[in-house]
Amino acid sequence: MMKQDLIVYLGVLILALVFYFVITEPVVFSPTVSLILIGIIGLVLLYILIKTIRGQVFGRRTVFLFVGIAVVLPFFMSIRQDIKLSPEVEELYNAVMALQPGSKVLVSLDYDPPSAPELQPMAESFFLLCFRRDLKVIVMGLWPQGPQQAELAIQKILDRPEMASRNIRYGIDYVNLGFQTGNEFVIQRMGGSFRSMFSTDYYGTPYDSLPLVRNITNFNNIDFSFNLSAGYPGTIEWVQVAVDRYGVKLGAGNTAVQAPQVYPYLRAGQLTGLLGGLNGAAEFEKVTGVLGKGTKFMVSQSFSHVIVIAFIIIGNVAYFMGRKQETKKKQ
Amino acid sequence: MEIFGTWLAAFFTLGIISFLYKDNPWYKVSEAIFVGISAGYWFVISFWDNLYGKLYIGISEHGDYMLLVGAVLGFMMLLRLIPKIGWISRWPLSFVVGSISGFYLMNYFSSNVMAQVQNSILPFFSSSYGQPMFSASFEQIVGNIVVVVGTFTGLVYFFFSKEHKGAFGGMAKVGIWVIMITFGASFGYTVMSRMSLLIGRMDFIFGDWLGMIQ
Repeated sequence: MMKQDLIVYLGVLILALVFYFVITEPVVFSPTVSLILIGIIGLVLLYILIKTIRGQVFGRRTVFLFVGIAVVLPFFMSIRQDIKLSPEVEELYNAVMALQPGSKVLVSLDYDPPSAPELQPMAESFFLLCFRRDLKVIVMGLWPQGPQQAELAIQKILDRPEMASRNIRYGIDYVNLGFQTGNEFVIQRMGGSFRSMFSTDYYGTPYDSLPLVRNITNFNNIDFSFNLSAGYPGTIEWVQVAVDRYGVKLGAGNTAVQAPQVYPYLRAGQLTGLLGGLNGAAEFEKVTGVLGKGTKFMVSQSFSHVIVIAFIIIGNVAYFMGRKQETKKKQ
Repeated sequence: MEIFGTWLAAFFTLGIISFLYKDNPWYKVSEAIFVGISAGYWFVISFWDNLYGKLYIGISEHGDYMLLVGAVLGFMMLLRLIPKIGWISRWPLSFVVGSISGFYLMNYFSSNVMAQVQNSILPFFSSSYGQPMFSASFEQIVGNIVVVVGTFTGLVYFFFSKEHKGAFGGMAKVGIWVIMITFGASFGYTVMSRMSLLIGRMDFIFGDWLGMIQ
């Protein structure tokens, strides 16, 4: 290990300990301070652009630093971003609102913790909307950690004061069937029989001992399905098997990476609404009226995008200036 | 215990992020531990869910002896590790490739071909078939034109049996622009996703760990 590395490690450790033990209260910047900080960042970016035009090259670490600042600073700012509702989010919301109380909703969580920043707010908003509408929720997962993410989301929703009066009971109002291995073949088998795939639930309770699912044979007994997906198996497989083969009505929430792949299904009417990435999560939070992490993170998201765009411009300026100088040298 | 877990998670998060500074031992340790734990996790999941949960329980408790066929095929796949009789692994492999191909052919043809083709054949000025002429909004009309023109010119670009010259070449040029804009939009979404991951980790660092966020 180099001496320089050791100094950096110690620096990080000291900084962390200072933050941990000295700053014991949450930090909140006033709107004025927030705007001043934004102005300073803007000016520094302008300085970098001017320096680039004059021929100075900035390293990649400068970009990393600015992206880091753009992501972190909004956490402490007291500014809100205006979220505009898109038709696909509205479509999903309307589809859920159109369901009669007591309708059965199958929610498949096909993601793991790395995708939680985007998909967990969607899960929380969706479960909240379902419980508010007195819908019966059946949770499952084609990814091992999916049902665990569902447990976290449901627990968070049930801890809300408004939920206490609703007396939501496991096995009657919601069930977690857990994870089942087999990817799209699980969906295929569920078309014939849920029981064949889930003999017990997440806690090991036999399928027939759960009042909510006891009389559910297959997709014919499901009024609406919602899939949260971060890849394979996910929304594409649900559309191909559950929707196109068994006629399930399906809404989806996807990571931003996956959203462009499933947009064609939305246009073709194979999907009933779509939440795409963090933006989709924020929109759904807005429409359900409960602002959570999706909305909070959107400011960071927008800031970081502005920084990325600024550095794309700076990078292009550097490239063309470099080419110009090379041409001059050749002459 | 929870505090210890949080500190440990923060240690590894910062370790992975430290790669942005430069490749260093802290990053290497974090990476190796992450890969090792992932591999171990998937092994345990595969063992308890597949070998035990499906095969053993399926045979011993449910008497589903058809599962033995799968078990034998799976075992044959492992024979690839013995070079002398490695050729045996081709049999289960051919079974997997064949059955998956059959399954996917049907699914993709109906979902990704028929449904998409049907959806590309649009009335230009109506909101949908059967609706009166010019019932679509201005945005819908523009959208319909973009879909039809984009699909057609995109297909023209991939038609290599004719030289891309004249009007045909012009259409191919429009096609490549459509494709590039699509890739650009897709990449924009990808950036958004990666930023979300970073935001998630930073929220953990400054919120769950340091408690600096309200």
